Amino acid sequence: MIGIIDYGMGNLHSVTKALERLGHRCFLSEKPHELEKATQLILPGVGSFKDGMIELEKRQLDVFIKDWAEKGNPLLGICLGMQLLFEKSEENGLSNGLNLLPGHVTRFKEGAYKIPHMGWNRLTFNDPTHPILHDVPEGYVYFVHSYFVNAKERDVLVATADYGGEQVPAVVAKKSVWATQFHPEKSSEVGMRMLRNYVNQKGVATYE
Amino acid sequence: MLTKRIIPCLDVKEGRVVKGVQFVNLRDAGDPVELAAFYDEQGADELVFLDISASHEGRETMVDVVEEVAGTLAIPFTVGGGINTLEDMKRILRAGADKVSLNTAAVTRPELIREGADFFGSQCIVVAIDAKWDDTLSSWFVYTHGGRRKTERDVITWAQEAVSQGAGELLVTSMDEDGEKQGFDEALTKKVSEAVSVPVIASGGAGNQQHFYDVFTNGKADAALAASIFHYRETSVAEVKKFLREKGLEIR
Repeated sequence: MIGIIDYGMGNLHSVTKALERLGHRCFLSEKPHELEKATQLILPGVGSFKDGMIELEKRQLDVFIKDWAEKGNPLLGICLGMQLLFEKSEENGLSNGLNLLPGHVTRFKEGAYKIPHMGWNRLTFNDPTHPILHDVPEGYVYFVHSYFVNAKERDVLVATADYGGEQVPAVVAKKSVWATQFHPEKSSEVGMRMLRNYVNQKGVATYE
Repeated sequence: MLTKRIIPCLDVKEGRVVKGVQFVNLRDAGDPVELAAFYDEQGADELVFLDISASHEGRETMVDVVEEVAGTLAIPFTVGGGINTLEDMKRILRAGADKVSLNTAAVTRPELIREGADFFGSQCIVVAIDAKWDDTLSSWFVYTHGGRRKTERDVITWAQEAVSQGAGELLVTSMDEDGEKQGFDEALTKKVSEAVSVPVIASGGAGNQQHFYDVFTNGKADAALAASIFHYRETSVAEVKKFLREKGLEIR
């Protein structure tokens, strides 16, 4: 069963419903001893990075998630859940993230374009062979965020979206850790296919 | 680059789409869940539900409707109407709405925007502004209570205040153009759009496909909302989007 990490950051209903529509059972939990029984985990979330880390730490979920991912178990971060996977963020003062992926989270530059980056934007695939993109067209997905990831390793960038000249990391992946900056559960067919590719992975850590 | 968004708006009363609107070809004319699915299929980028229920039971029903819609839609949707407290916002968002739209309650108590933005994030909080031009004072004024009460607030000043309180998006309805089908108020939309950093949804006045093009280009709107033009099948979401795409706009 798919475990959704519930750490008090935002609306988990739409992710749950989307998985149900794909025919998958899932459960919400904030307890590591329950979540460790999942076949796959999803880390969703909206809100601020700093609050997100505080809420994870309060529940000892930070240690649990790192351990889970380092063992090669599948993890999907969504929106804030993607940003939290990186080293640190400058949102509300510098704070440390889960450090599973190398890179920093920075704010969009004021003035050049509207903040938040909110709405439908087109994806550009950098790694079309990645399993999350299986049968997915290079279409539009729904973003809502004011900070974006500056990834240190280019090979984690599976797909990007151009916003005011900035190549915004949209899908990142390293081994069993996958993540999307946009909301796949709100991105119509394109997003639903990516969710399906994640939940239909065969076994654990099959992709290297 | 972001696409321009097309947003159909449904007025929901006591759990049903309000009477007087004829959705001739649909099986259950008044079911908001079926209509939501219909517009989604047509390529709507987002949906807005406006709760115009008068009774407490009607508002409770709205929560059920939101929950059901959330279970079938894979596009964002916003719920507005009768949201007065943080508790109201929680109930609607927990039921599965992606955003709430505040109008009268935000004007009466602007801190409500801040409370909502702090709790759920700015991306969840849309502030709806009903605007009407005042010839004598040469300015747009904010109206509340479904357009029945004029306030002393200037639209541009209020738009900026709402954003500084944490609004993540503004839904600006021109009362002058609403229902006239003569086009959106481009001057109003442009002025608001240039005054704030957040996306602006233009509403009121859509009569044909060209009107959408005009409000996106001249009016600098990020999204355009319409109700009757879609409900009465004068055009469809798919047709509007095709028209705009052919004109060279970025459209999903």
